Amino acid sequence: MAVTRRLTRRNVIGGAAAVAAAALARPSLAQGAARVAVIGGGFGGTVCARALRRLDAKLQVTLIEPNKTFTACPFSNEVIAGLRDLPQQQFSYDRVAADGVTIAAQAASKVDAQGRTIGLADGTTLAYDKLVLAPGIDMRFDALSGYDEAAAEKMPHAWKAGAQTLLLRRQLEAMDDGGLVVIAVPAAPLRCPPAPYERAGLIAHYLKANKPRSKILVLDAKDGYSQQKLFEKAWQELYPGMIERIALSQGGRVTAVNPAANEIVTDFGNYTAAVANVIPPQRAGRIAAIAGAADRTGWCPIDPITFASKLVPNIHVIGDAAIAGGIPKSASAAAAQGRACAAAIVNALAGRPPETPRLDGACYNTVAPGYAFSLRGIYQPKDDQYAEAEVTTSPVDAPREMRQREAEEAVNWFKTITEDAFG
Amino acid sequence: MPSALINVPSKAKRGDVIEIKTLMSHIMETGYRHTASGEVVPRDIITSFTCRFNGAEIFRADLYPAIAANPFLTFFTTVTESGKFEFEWVGDKGFSETASASITVE
Repeated sequence: MAVTRRLTRRNVIGGAAAVAAAALARPSLAQGAARVAVIGGGFGGTVCARALRRLDAKLQVTLIEPNKTFTACPFSNEVIAGLRDLPQQQFSYDRVAADGVTIAAQAASKVDAQGRTIGLADGTTLAYDKLVLAPGIDMRFDALSGYDEAAAEKMPHAWKAGAQTLLLRRQLEAMDDGGLVVIAVPAAPLRCPPAPYERAGLIAHYLKANKPRSKILVLDAKDGYSQQKLFEKAWQELYPGMIERIALSQGGRVTAVNPAANEIVTDFGNYTAAVANVIPPQRAGRIAAIAGAADRTGWCPIDPITFASKLVPNIHVIGDAAIAGGIPKSASAAAAQGRACAAAIVNALAGRPPETPRLDGACYNTVAPGYAFSLRGIYQPKDDQYAEAEVTTSPVDAPREMRQREAEEAVNWFKTITEDAFG
Repeated sequence: MPSALINVPSKAKRGDVIEIKTLMSHIMETGYRHTASGEVVPRDIITSFTCRFNGAEIFRADLYPAIAANPFLTFFTTVTESGKFEFEWVGDKGFSETASASITVE
């Protein structure tokens, strides 16, 4: 189907005169400024919308986002551990609007990729020349037996920051000393791959100070994970004997949950948790599938140079929703993709060839106050997919001063990424 | 860390269909890979898995290089009497592991 359509379009352009083709490349500029819509006001979408305006002040840019305030996931593990409060994670879209981005404060419910229109929740329709989807993730409430939306109120995932974050914190605060906290980790791909382990450390920090007889069990559908040696060393140093992890090859994959009994089932065992943090498998935010941009995996295949969807025309996908090869699904990677995607769109609208992006991503993990380490990556397209060009991880045998310094850097990093998106 | 994981229900009713799950930690090296210096990494796989119930073989599988590391095998059987399941994994380089589990049939 896609091939036929592409051939047809190429035939049309090929059959027309070269002059006409040049005009077709920028149809809306002749009548006025091009209209770019961005769905999703997270790190990727917000940075993209602002970059579009900065690169071409004539563009009509609309950011479609139903929430009046954004609640950031990075550092939200510290909220769970009682080290931070939720308002410190929250940002308004006022400064984004001040950059000349129109904010449509409602959900997008339909996308007509052929007609290039978006249906909004209030029934109105918005026409676009280019659409950027930055919808983040949705939990797959059909993927883990027993885990539906109601179960998430009993066994919070806390994988989108906000009410779920606070629910998990309250459960930990209410737990008796000596309780078992179970963290269920899904197979890749997932948002922020090292975050379950950061969470285990920060929960251990809370428990060590407040409920020292308690234990944490990580049931993992993966064998290895990002910065594993650093995490294991930190757990050993800071929380000896408190955190146990069962990897995939030791039977750690969770196959079912029973919320009524707070029970978690693997292929080889049943565990009853005092607090159960069940992180289910995920997929691209729902609007991606509605727009036809998600494939059978639930994620969105893209051209790595332009972030153009491989499935639908005039739609670009950035952030956690995209299949971006070696790039982890993280806030800073989403922001870098937002900037690169904005440049690609501005170039395309101006009839210029695309530039090959070189994306920067950073990821800080805090295991305790004053103890953090990091991974920095540079990612470039290779063989039609993003690959790691360079990755630097904090050394495993670094002195404590370095962990302390990286904890301070982490705070500055959070300031920078939230400033870029919302400040 | 045990190298074999077994999940057999401890109790069942006579005639019930039960599910048995097994996982053996093993590298399952295919024999098709080469080191950086070009030498073949020798094959090291599990070649056979057997399950016996009260001495009689009820399930057998032959394993090949295409099977991933840490083979996870799950199968069903019908139980008619109490007894003991015995599991055996045999492979290259003299690999041999056993495990067992009992079931009470009411």
